[in-house]
Amino acid sequence: MQGILQPPMPKSWRKETKPHKFCPGCGHGIALKALGQAIDELGLQGIAVFGCDIGCSLLAWDFFDLDTVQTHHGRTIPVMVGLKRARPELICIAYMGDGGGYAIGAQHLVNAATRNEKITAILINNTQYGMTGGQMAPTTLPGQKTETTPYGRDPELTGYPTQGPEMVAAITDERAYVARGTVARPGQLREFFKRALQNQIDGRGFSFVEVISACPTNWRTNAKETWEWVEKLMPTYFRVGELKVPEALRGKGVEAKDEETP
Amino acid sequence: MKKPLKIVVAGEGGQGVQAVAEILAEAAYDEGKEVLYIPAFGVEQRGGVSLAYLQVGDEPIPAPKFEKADIVVALSGRAVRRTRQYVGPETIFIYDTHADVQEEELPKEAKRLIPIPGIEVARKELHPRVFNILIMGALIKLTSIVGLEDAKRALEKRLGHRFEKDPSLRELNYRALEKGMALVS
Amino acid sequence: MEKPIEGEKKVFMTGNEVVAWAALAAGAEIMYGYPITPQNEIMHYWTRLAPKYGRMFLQTEDELSAGFTTIGGVMGGRRAFTATAGPGNVLMQEPMAMAEMMRLPVVVIIMQRGGPSTGTVIYSQQEVTLTTLGGNGEGFRIVYSTASNQELFDYVIKAFNTAWKYRFPTFVLGDGYQAKMREPLVIYDPEVRGISPVPAEPFLGKPGVPGVDRPPGHYRNTYNTEEELYEVIMGLARAYEAIIPEVVEFEEEAVEGAQLLVMSHGVVSRAAKSAVRALRRDGYPVGYFRPITLRPLPVEVMRRRAKEVRQILVAESAYGQFARLVKEALYGLQVEIVPLFRPGLGINPEDIYSRVQELIKGGEKGAGHIAATHA
Repeated sequence: MQGILQPPMPKSWRKETKPHKFCPGCGHGIALKALGQAIDELGLQGIAVFGCDIGCSLLAWDFFDLDTVQTHHGRTIPVMVGLKRARPELICIAYMGDGGGYAIGAQHLVNAATRNEKITAILINNTQYGMTGGQMAPTTLPGQKTETTPYGRDPELTGYPTQGPEMVAAITDERAYVARGTVARPGQLREFFKRALQNQIDGRGFSFVEVISACPTNWRTNAKETWEWVEKLMPTYFRVGELKVPEALRGKGVEAKDEETP
Repeated sequence: MKKPLKIVVAGEGGQGVQAVAEILAEAAYDEGKEVLYIPAFGVEQRGGVSLAYLQVGDEPIPAPKFEKADIVVALSGRAVRRTRQYVGPETIFIYDTHADVQEEELPKEAKRLIPIPGIEVARKELHPRVFNILIMGALIKLTSIVGLEDAKRALEKRLGHRFEKDPSLRELNYRALEKGMALVS
Repeated sequence: MEKPIEGEKKVFMTGNEVVAWAALAAGAEIMYGYPITPQNEIMHYWTRLAPKYGRMFLQTEDELSAGFTTIGGVMGGRRAFTATAGPGNVLMQEPMAMAEMMRLPVVVIIMQRGGPSTGTVIYSQQEVTLTTLGGNGEGFRIVYSTASNQELFDYVIKAFNTAWKYRFPTFVLGDGYQAKMREPLVIYDPEVRGISPVPAEPFLGKPGVPGVDRPPGHYRNTYNTEEELYEVIMGLARAYEAIIPEVVEFEEEAVEGAQLLVMSHGVVSRAAKSAVRALRRDGYPVGYFRPITLRPLPVEVMRRRAKEVRQILVAESAYGQFARLVKEALYGLQVEIVPLFRPGLGINPEDIYSRVQELIKGGEKGAGHIAATHA
């Protein structure tokens, strides 16, 4: 009965593995839905390969009806780079968290970006390490309490949140696509993903989308508080929008498509 | 079973030490000999003493390096000091008379000490750039691992393209070889 | 496209150059690599030769990336390889653990250098433990230890077929001496020797639409429960043990009537063989044994030989890494194991000759360890 009222699952989702394994209120489900829709709309199911990192993103290892490999912490970008170099006709998606992309695997993100590797990297920013139980991440907000910053993150001691897309935009050339979306605007996020994938389909260059996401489990927030974090607090540190759009991808009204709410 | 002949050639960077070992190795290989050539390589190689280890024999060479050499050629003061460890009572030690070396630094335990005025002869009678070919001449004379004609063939193989452009270079190299041989006879 | 090598050809090459030619001859399609001495020239030759034969290269940001991109390459169904040494081999163990868990047919060439730490860039046999048993796993991998440039050629070709046939990560363990030394060898088109390539198949990006024409390929290395993991590991163990008889290789000489066996591997076995021949000629009852596969070890024949002798001299350019493997293989036997350990230093025939002479003349027992510590 419930299914009748639900919007349909993306075609590229694997029905047999649903409901998925993420916590209630987790942002991964929304991000993966937007990604599934983007894959469907671009007709990539036969050629897209999904790579997922360690951390909560590993729970997506059987999420899609796509060939998928779950790699090591921080190493999804090199696995997808290796695959793309060996099989340029495939559309390679590296899916990771903020720890994987900005901490343990930062060298891979930086170098794949500077080499303009023709893959699409998607990074879920939920301001902490979810799977390991809520430690400080590179993206943790100043003052935010985590298991390793129990008195709040002190920027004097541990700096400010990593500005990932800004960094990637700074080190890539004009062939790269760089954006920051949010699970609060899934329609926009889907369009960002589509452009990021199109950039790879066109063989143009590296594409990177950070996704502002939620972790009510480790944030210990209720639904209302969670959405205040995602919609109000996080965008004060992480500006949502496209940072770098190759000329050929410009001109589509991304903002206009954002009529959906989660 | 005869043991392979073990040779160390050492000098300053730019003296052509590795080229001597390589050309000799090529020549011996072309003659069907068993050959193993390995340069010394370490983190201080740039700016340090250049060392080449060469072994030539009739049977497979058992180890890439060795403790004592049959012949050591040291072309600078630093090379004399650096190669001392390879000198034993059976070693023939050749050094250049222009090497900046104190009398007491020479390895007296060697079977024979052979000073040769290679640098001087090359500069005065030939050309400084064929200094290493002159040294090669001395080595083939002492070791007979290859004949003069084999050495010439190996030179031709390596430098033939330059000889084509400037035939006088061929003549210069051949003279250096012969001069080197004469220095140790 | 023309073959890299037509027929057979006698050449005079360094080991690094040989590896590049062998990988070409073996049909390797892509190399991923990061610079580290003494393996750099493998990349140098590969990058010069590969484009002529439609092969590819990627220089990565570190050895982690070199290993993981190699994994990406083999998962795409390409004969992919990498090469490293020393501290690079340390980093390489992380991707190799994944390859071990997922049975990915990666090929890795190791040119051992001195350790621990940065050590020397020159030579050692100190990467035996790391290469055979590295990572947080059980050592389900195949390791060939080569002794000459000819063997580098032969076993690099073989490694690609072993990897794709048995689907375990496969290593060719050389060293800095082999990497940098020039010696004569014969290079050949594998087909003239009756060696045909085991076909590579994709794990990812197979034909057909997943979920429509076929189920998706879902590959993971993380398991949820102890029992789940246990089943996976036991499956790996059974698969690995089943192939041991087919995979193990060794070389022996003068073992008949030997009272003492010289055991060594890799480049040191050249000195060992030369010393044993000289010792035999001089009337000493000495034999020569050398495992070519260090993982898996030819345990059965090693135990048989060990029972026939009183002493085993283990010679290695490390402080007992190979000896530990030998002791484990010979566990429970009453043979004395005598060390000749020269970590990071070459071993010459004279070293082995004189040590054996001492042992036999002196009937010396003191320095040895009994393998059967619990007997």
